Amino acid sequence: MNQEKVKTPLLRRSGFQSLIASLLCIIIGLLIGYIVLLIINPAGAGEAITTIIKNFFTYNKPKTQLKYLGSTLVKTAPLIMCSLSVLFAYKAGLFNIGVAGQYVVGAGASLYFALGLGMPWYVCLIAAIIAGALLGAISGLLKALCNVNEVISCIMLNWISLYLVNILLTPVKEPTSPYTFVLSSANPDAVLPSMGLDSLFNNNQYVTIAIPLSILVAVLVWVVLEKTKLGYELKATGFNKNAAKYCGMKEKKNLVLTMAISGGLAGMGAALLFLTGFEQWSCTQSAVPATGFNGISAAFLGGLNPIGAIFSSFFIQHITVGGAYVDKTMYSAQISDLISSLIIYLCGFVFFFKYALNKRLDQRDEKKAALKAADTEEGGENK
Amino acid sequence: MEQPYAIEMLNITKRFPGIIANDNITLQLRKGEIHALLGENGAGKSTLMSVLFGLYQPEEGIIKKYGKQVNIKDPNDANALGIGMVHQHFKLVECFTVLDNIIMGVEPCKFGFLRKDEARKKVLELSEKYGLKVDPDALVEDITVGMQQRTEILKMLYRENEILIFDEPTAVLTPQEIDELMQIMKGLAAEGKSILFISHKLNEIMSVADRCTVLRKGKYIGTVNIADTTKEELSRMMVGRDVEFTVHKDAAKPGEPVLHVENLCVASKTHKHDAVHNVSFDVREGEIVCIAGIDGNGQTELVYGLTGLEPVKSGKVVFKDENITSAPIRRRSVMGMSHIPEDRHKHGLVLDYSLEDNLVLQRYFEPEFVNKAGFLKRGAIRQYATRLIEQFDVRSGQGSVTTARSMSGGNQQKAIIAREMDKETSLLIAVQPTRGLDVGAIEYIHKQIVAQRDKGKAVLLVSLELDEVMALSDRILVMYEGEIVGELDPKTTSVQELGLYMAGAKREEVKK
Repeated sequence: MNQEKVKTPLLRRSGFQSLIASLLCIIIGLLIGYIVLLIINPAGAGEAITTIIKNFFTYNKPKTQLKYLGSTLVKTAPLIMCSLSVLFAYKAGLFNIGVAGQYVVGAGASLYFALGLGMPWYVCLIAAIIAGALLGAISGLLKALCNVNEVISCIMLNWISLYLVNILLTPVKEPTSPYTFVLSSANPDAVLPSMGLDSLFNNNQYVTIAIPLSILVAVLVWVVLEKTKLGYELKATGFNKNAAKYCGMKEKKNLVLTMAISGGLAGMGAALLFLTGFEQWSCTQSAVPATGFNGISAAFLGGLNPIGAIFSSFFIQHITVGGAYVDKTMYSAQISDLISSLIIYLCGFVFFFKYALNKRLDQRDEKKAALKAADTEEGGENK
Repeated sequence: MEQPYAIEMLNITKRFPGIIANDNITLQLRKGEIHALLGENGAGKSTLMSVLFGLYQPEEGIIKKYGKQVNIKDPNDANALGIGMVHQHFKLVECFTVLDNIIMGVEPCKFGFLRKDEARKKVLELSEKYGLKVDPDALVEDITVGMQQRTEILKMLYRENEILIFDEPTAVLTPQEIDELMQIMKGLAAEGKSILFISHKLNEIMSVADRCTVLRKGKYIGTVNIADTTKEELSRMMVGRDVEFTVHKDAAKPGEPVLHVENLCVASKTHKHDAVHNVSFDVREGEIVCIAGIDGNGQTELVYGLTGLEPVKSGKVVFKDENITSAPIRRRSVMGMSHIPEDRHKHGLVLDYSLEDNLVLQRYFEPEFVNKAGFLKRGAIRQYATRLIEQFDVRSGQGSVTTARSMSGGNQQKAIIAREMDKETSLLIAVQPTRGLDVGAIEYIHKQIVAQRDKGKAVLLVSLELDEVMALSDRILVMYEGEIVGELDPKTTSVQELGLYMAGAKREEVKK
């Protein structure tokens, strides 16, 4: 890292460029969100957008703030996992839009093992990973064997898994509501341990090892991609699958493996949320949870870097939660979703900004070089 | 000099960070002449043409058309001035017809509806006038490379361009197609079109060009009349030293067969017949066997079958006494089969990987470069790459961490050759190893191939260039329509005889 620093100027470094581009996306996203709020109701726009940015800071007491920071983090962990899932597949040249479905089966498996089979949390966690991995592997196999585009098969599987999970979890739902049993009373063993982390956040009982675990996985994904033979093969396949085949990599095996790992990450993400008890599964829901899709935005906002994904996921979750605090007397209830989705949408533009930045730099360098050369070698004209 | 030049580029200087790509270069193109632009890879030919085409703005120098200064800010300006270009890699839409490709961007319309019949008439007229045979209704993906090129030329003519740039047009053509192209170019010039012909093939320049401007390392070396110069002089101007055109090699001392191919058939992807049909041959230690033939006669598929890139339909491939007919690619590679692929961008390199990562592409899984836990040994990779870069003189901007994409074609090829020759190998399969390279690089690669043979390795060379076939091979097998139609001895045969076999006019029963 340090060596690189000496060689290339800061602005030219890819990591720094990603950071700038991501920040730019965020600013523009907030700006457009603000304009939309202005159009709907000019009176409350300023307050609303600051509320979104402030999120838990709306509370006055530091203790309450801390508690709600904890809640944001609880929801960040699954998002980190989903964005890791997306970027891992993307590095190998696959667009895993099935992250949402893999997240759903992860939720289904973890909750069924917890509530239906009464298993402890680690078994539920592993079940979720396996379920996600299997679903991912199906898309991978379809692509490897039948050349079915992974985007198509993934979208189909998203819906199939949603309804399957609704059916699977119906036996373990409350008799009077569509929600699954409360985890902490039905099977306390299945709740992820907090190892004292809850006390750091003003006894927010939902703060568990899920948060450090997701960060650990992010680091792990980075190591696998950058340092290992597997990462070398996967990225080679992603960049040029013909060359990967030419040098004897098992490109079909790698394809399936990539999708399985990617799916496993998403499935684990679901377990990291539902095994905290923070949310219950609604067995009548007819839309795939947004966390999976937000993972796509988070992956791009994070510059397709596993470490970047940690921060981008936190930001996206931060404004999503913040949106809930917007004054509902001035704006309709959907406004929070609208604003956060606007910002998330803009997050996809990271690579465009990076490209634009590079082009500007190129032009500047060319001019500079020209000036410099003109200074030093005057009178080089001879015909 | 009485008549104004069609295009003049005067004292053009173009700098990029770190290098001066064009240093005070002057190029004057007369109306109706064929003007060759000669230079090695990286000499600045492409940059100069990009300046002319408006893709780059020069820091110094001016461009004049018929004596009047013009300002070319982007390719649209260039088009408006009647400057057209056939790129080395064609810019055609594969799933469109020839006609659609020609009129793309300048479609004749009436009330928003296409008027293709009008366009077709014009295209057919042009094609007749200049002898550019194309089928306007064929899909580009179905036609030969030669016809694709004629489509590109028609594209320029359809736009009524009068300054035509041909960027290394012969790199992808067969000998016959090259002759045809030369005729077409002469015809175009006779009709008053001015042609800039970018090449590093001296024979072609000598046969077709009127004048030649030579660049070397971004500098202007000179402009000469072709009638007053020789091939040797041109090459000296281009490379800066004397170049040997003949390859020096001793007689082959063939040993045991390394590769044994028996009744091999490989299915074709485009038609129902076999692309390779009943092919049998041996390649022995210490000899260079050359597969000659016109492009598209099954050479590519034969190599795919031998290297495992495509499955074999029937027959047997035996490598070092092991039947590898259906062995995985990695197995063949580890057994000692090296493969310099036909398409270095498609198969040979991961262009977005660094040079060092590309250099270990065939060996990254060996214990030398990866530990038991699956972690790459970055230090060892760097060391290995540095050695290869030095040994094979692979030049790049930032050494082993350079992205392969940013390297010149010649150096990309050198990297592949370094990788394939350095590993433990007993059979080298080289497919058009010098395609698109300059004289200096070709000389180098030929020497390396002969050196491999002299080390006792078996070499199977697939080449479309007759000169290369004659210079390098110890035995020639001619492929025609998927079959081997003749085995020739380069010492006793002639280019003419070889050509007859290649065209399918002559065949012999190859001894079984």
